[in-house]
Amino acid sequence: MSLSEFISQPWPWYVAGPLIGLVLVLLQWIDNKPLAASSSYRHMCAVIFPAKIPFLKYNWKAETWNLVFVAGIFTGGSLATTILNHPSNIAISNETVQQLHSIGLKDTDGFAPLQLFSFAALQTIPGVIVMVFGGFLIGFGSRYAGGCVSGHSMTGISDLQWTSMLATASIFAGGIFTTYILLPLILKLYQ
Amino acid sequence: MYLLIGIFFGIILIKSEVSSWYRIQEMFRFQSFHMYGVIGSGITVALIGKWLLRKLKIRSVTGNEIVAGQKKYHHGLIIGGILFGIGWGLTGICPGPLYALIGKGIYPLIVIFISALAGTWVYSFFRVKLPH
Repeated sequence: MSLSEFISQPWPWYVAGPLIGLVLVLLQWIDNKPLAASSSYRHMCAVIFPAKIPFLKYNWKAETWNLVFVAGIFTGGSLATTILNHPSNIAISNETVQQLHSIGLKDTDGFAPLQLFSFAALQTIPGVIVMVFGGFLIGFGSRYAGGCVSGHSMTGISDLQWTSMLATASIFAGGIFTTYILLPLILKLYQ
Repeated sequence: MYLLIGIFFGIILIKSEVSSWYRIQEMFRFQSFHMYGVIGSGITVALIGKWLLRKLKIRSVTGNEIVAGQKKYHHGLIIGGILFGIGWGLTGICPGPLYALIGKGIYPLIVIFISALAGTWVYSFFRVKLPH
């Protein structure tokens, strides 16, 4: 195996998981910070368009670290692709591929199917539902729940917070409902 | 410092493929251990690491006592959790990985980013009227 092949390999769970754990410990050690991604959306709303909403009127400057952190995630995503040259296709299980085909997804290439995630997809009803409505729920739901997978499932559970376990169970309930019931229905909406 | 940690985290999100829609589909269909392995081992390492920080009474870099976050119960944990779960199931994207994926160059996802900002804003607007 050449060096470039070695670098471009996907990381197995037992490499990636502990590294994410390390990120959590680092954030705690530096200044008692949680691994928080969804909060950055609130900070941006507070900066761009607070509109006198009490929930968006706070000292967001004290949360600048979080905006810097997510800017880092953006940069990291770029570096992983360019320098670390991540392969463009994902080797998922055959069962999943078959099930996705059977509910009407044509190809399973790339990081996400172009059929649903592209500018062209925005001219289809399923594309609009998935991207616009789905995106809306990510923002609305994570703020309502007070966190997302990083804030609740990772940070909260590793602090042994039962409320975060409850939130994680709710997130999974919503996700499983979507996968088995909502998504097949939405994919039927192609004309 | 936070920029560097963010870069590190962003690289992990892409290299481990947890930011891929397909990986999320695999997870919700229970057809691969990958996502459970990443989340489970991440929580375990964080749990032990943070417990050690507290046990050894190590102070934070900024000189403060290390304290575990406290999250109180409110109905949003369930209602918001389910709504977020639906969004995650549809888009296969969490708020963090979304940044990494746009950084990766999947620009149509900016639509999801703007929608997520809109969702956050609408929640903020109606917050006082929602059950908590």
